[in-house]
Amino acid sequence: MANRTPLYEAHVKAGAKMVDFHGWDMPLHYGSQMEEHHAVRKDSGIFDVSHMTIVDVAGVEAKDFLRYMLANDVAKLTVHGKAQYSSMLNESGGVIDDLIVYYFTDESYRLVVNSATRERDLGWINSVAASFKVTITEQSQLAMVALQGPNAADKLKLVMGDDFAEVSGMKPFMSVQVGDLFIATTGYTGEKGYEIVVPADAVEKLWDDLLNVGVQPSGLGARDTLRLEAGMNLYGQDMDETTTPLESNMGWSVAFEPADRQFIGRAALEQQKANGHAKLVGLVMQEKGVLRHGQKVIVEGGEGMITSGTFSPTLGFSVAMARVPNTVGDTAEVEMRKKLVTVSVVKPSFVRNGKSVL
Amino acid sequence: MSNIPKELKYASTHEWVRNEGDGIYTVGITEHAQDLLGDMVFVELPDVGDNVAAGDDVAVAESVKAASDIYAPIAGEIVEINEDLEDAPETVNSDPYGDGWLFKIKADDASEVDGLLDAEGYQAVIDEE
Repeated sequence: MANRTPLYEAHVKAGAKMVDFHGWDMPLHYGSQMEEHHAVRKDSGIFDVSHMTIVDVAGVEAKDFLRYMLANDVAKLTVHGKAQYSSMLNESGGVIDDLIVYYFTDESYRLVVNSATRERDLGWINSVAASFKVTITEQSQLAMVALQGPNAADKLKLVMGDDFAEVSGMKPFMSVQVGDLFIATTGYTGEKGYEIVVPADAVEKLWDDLLNVGVQPSGLGARDTLRLEAGMNLYGQDMDETTTPLESNMGWSVAFEPADRQFIGRAALEQQKANGHAKLVGLVMQEKGVLRHGQKVIVEGGEGMITSGTFSPTLGFSVAMARVPNTVGDTAEVEMRKKLVTVSVVKPSFVRNGKSVL
Repeated sequence: MSNIPKELKYASTHEWVRNEGDGIYTVGITEHAQDLLGDMVFVELPDVGDNVAAGDDVAVAESVKAASDIYAPIAGEIVEINEDLEDAPETVNSDPYGDGWLFKIKADDASEVDGLLDAEGYQAVIDEE
């Protein structure tokens, strides 16, 4: 039987269409994924992300361990609660997983990694950790929800009451522990909002409380169109172990400085940087039709492929991310249903805070 | 449980057919089909005047999830298309057997319709999926 999150019954009660997502029974939508998408852009929505894996890292060498295992540099984190987007690479520079690391002290960090890659991630983390004085603890008793949208703060305030003062005014990519709730200003939608980690036995009450103040329950369908509009990668689709961060529009999350920091994959990335490499671009098609994963893309430098494509509910036309050879002009040709269609090439980011950034 | 009106005929490729008299048949996709596809974003329809054979791919229903071909259930001439779907493709989701119809076809041979599935036969097709 598939894994179920502590919110399974709540999803069924809310009318969710449940689907298998890498071994987890997860809600695809609760009626209309379009309505859920718009709710997050214009008001607020909540996603069950309890399937994601939370791993705490503690010990006197926690900082050294993470500086060696992760492509971004945790030494940049000095404020308690600060979060950072990062990735774990193999020796060839391929992305084992992308993740968010939260800093508490130099001896205490929290990682949130993907569910689809859970076992491989834990295996990798533990094998690298064997050479360091650290303890790795998977927090499987914790559940997690993402409350996202321009009205997310107002909704959370209604539910938290006076305790909201601790969260109020928090900058993006910060986190704070308030009682049972670990609240971070992170997300996967391009909107303001929170990711909230909560003990499994308390998550249904939080979920119900948020639904009762008008937050829209939202499923994997809306989560995918929202993250794609925001230009955020999906692991296993936009990047995996065979592609590097440089080929995946994640170069900004690789810290090459300081030059003397050794991290797994560094040598391969430096070599790739010197030799040149493919890149991930955004595509926009204003005409009828929808760009889809797997479609062939032709640019000046040769052939590439759409890694993620969708109809953008916010923009009203289709957008995509594509991995293509480095030499790219302002347009590309996409092979769609046996025809070649000309599309615009842009930076892979389409919508932020409810508005087009094209 | 999906709604499958008794008075309609069906193709195993999830189109429904309604007899409008005078050899004219309205075609749409079933509630089950729209549910599988999810929110519709574009519907590409044939041109009025097109002559089609049974089984030809004549339209495309494009949803947030996938692009899906729609096949002519019978041979004939396209005599009308549902132009309202241009601005409101979601009607296919909300009213698949009513305002969400796709096109009307004048049958070359009305007896071809008899060879299509009835509601029970179509239910069996869904059950096997």
